[in-house]
Amino acid sequence: MRKRLSCGLRRRKRLLREFPKEHWNQSLPTLGILPLGKFCSALLVSATVMISEAKQWVVEWIEGLGRLSILAREAITSLFTLKVAWCDFLYQLYFVGVKSQSVVLITGAFTGMVLSAQTYMQFHKVRMDTATLAVVSVAMCSELGPVLTGLMVAGRVGAAIAAEVGTMRVTEQIDALRTLATHPVDYLVVPRLLALHVALPLLTVESITVGIVGAWIVGVQIYDIDATYAWANMLKYTTTSVVVVGLIKAVVFGGIVALIGCYKGMFCGEGAEGVGRATTEAVVYSSITILITNLFLTLSLGQIFHTF
Amino acid sequence: MIEVRDLKKSFGRQAILDGVNLRIEKGESVVIIGRSGGGKSVLLKHLVALLKPDSGQVLVDGEDVVPMNERQLLPVRHKFGMLFQGAALFDSMTVAENIAFPFRREKKMAKEEVARKVSEVLAMVELPGTEEKKPSELSGGMRKRVGLARAIVYQPQIVLYDEPTTGLDPVVSDSIDKLILRVRDRLDVTTVVVTHDMRSARRLGQRIMMLHDKKIYVTGTADEIFESKDPLVRKFIDGISDAN
Repeated sequence: MRKRLSCGLRRRKRLLREFPKEHWNQSLPTLGILPLGKFCSALLVSATVMISEAKQWVVEWIEGLGRLSILAREAITSLFTLKVAWCDFLYQLYFVGVKSQSVVLITGAFTGMVLSAQTYMQFHKVRMDTATLAVVSVAMCSELGPVLTGLMVAGRVGAAIAAEVGTMRVTEQIDALRTLATHPVDYLVVPRLLALHVALPLLTVESITVGIVGAWIVGVQIYDIDATYAWANMLKYTTTSVVVVGLIKAVVFGGIVALIGCYKGMFCGEGAEGVGRATTEAVVYSSITILITNLFLTLSLGQIFHTF
Repeated sequence: MIEVRDLKKSFGRQAILDGVNLRIEKGESVVIIGRSGGGKSVLLKHLVALLKPDSGQVLVDGEDVVPMNERQLLPVRHKFGMLFQGAALFDSMTVAENIAFPFRREKKMAKEEVARKVSEVLAMVELPGTEEKKPSELSGGMRKRVGLARAIVYQPQIVLYDEPTTGLDPVVSDSIDKLILRVRDRLDVTTVVVTHDMRSARRLGQRIMMLHDKKIYVTGTADEIFESKDPLVRKFIDGISDAN
């Protein structure tokens, strides 16, 4: 039995040795004309290549996470030790906050309206019409407001940050900053991080407000819900803790958008392609991170503030 | 002033520098020549610690900058001014804001004094009255001049030039060379120039180093290098390729 096994192993090694290297990367149809033994060994080689690529991907992913953590640590150190450049901060606040208003307001208003319509349609079946605004308000305050605002800002501001910082990197402007004895984190990351930490909760509040107003218009004006009861129910269920949870989420999402945008920009690849990829990745990664973080924040903050 | 010991650097599997040793004295004017893609700019960036080597030491005034982190490096970088290949001006700022950048955090300095310093260096690089222009409105040569003005405004001890004349016409190149010499003489700075422009090298270099095959192949005075009989040096100076 052992002899047979060792014979098999030797045969496999021989096949691997004999298999011409130029065929390793060839496609399966070409491999189809090869003898079965060689085809199996080609599969084995492909599996080895795939495993090594997966390993490389994991290593790069962990490296990236490490770099992002170092960047976050540097930014926090800088936040607490340096004097903030108010001029840069105000400009970023204007760019992040004021310029993002239209997109955030439209998103908030239409989400509130559609949520109100949908909730009314379901609740009307069980004669709970006056709970419509309460559902919309709680959902907007604790989940939809911060998440949708975060996603919209990730798309607009996260992309802009990655593109701007990435262009600065490829045109050696970040190196120039460093030779002028300026830490890139102090100059580029901290004002953006602070601005997003401040602007995102404010934008979220706006989004929630217009969402509720939109819901009121649809519910009360179009579907003719009793305004007094709907309003009373809304105030009853929208507790302070629900609003606080939403705002905490917004602050966290602001940090995510700023850090991932800056990180992708500062470590982007060369040339226009590198900047393009950094921009796309900044939006995709911040959006995914916001969605995943939201779940954990809901679970943990729910425990802390007893929002259920 | 600057000493490099057994510097090794590779990007991925490709070795760029493999055991570079050099020494630059205070007030000296050194030109590093070598083929494009040979690692000259990489070597220059190591001098100001913009890149970390895989191994080796870079000593600035006897202090090894390799193990320092970004914050520890800030005071060391105060000694340096650097002119980048593409000038690397901050394109969101005007010329005056670019040049005044090193002073932006120094609240002590009055606005008038900063403005005076800006116009002083702009006059030195022969670009007076361009304070309010944006970098996109300037030509290649003008951008380099503004880049140089920004590099020297806070009076560094060492000025590094990364291919200062690349992509410029011969007349503008000549004016940049003259400007580099003027800056060297007026501010009494140590000058390190990386170039493959032989005319510039001859004019600017008191000492010339040739980077070849990942190492400093030869070092000598400008006359020694330009009269060298070494076939490799000759080929480079005379601009003769191996191709038919």
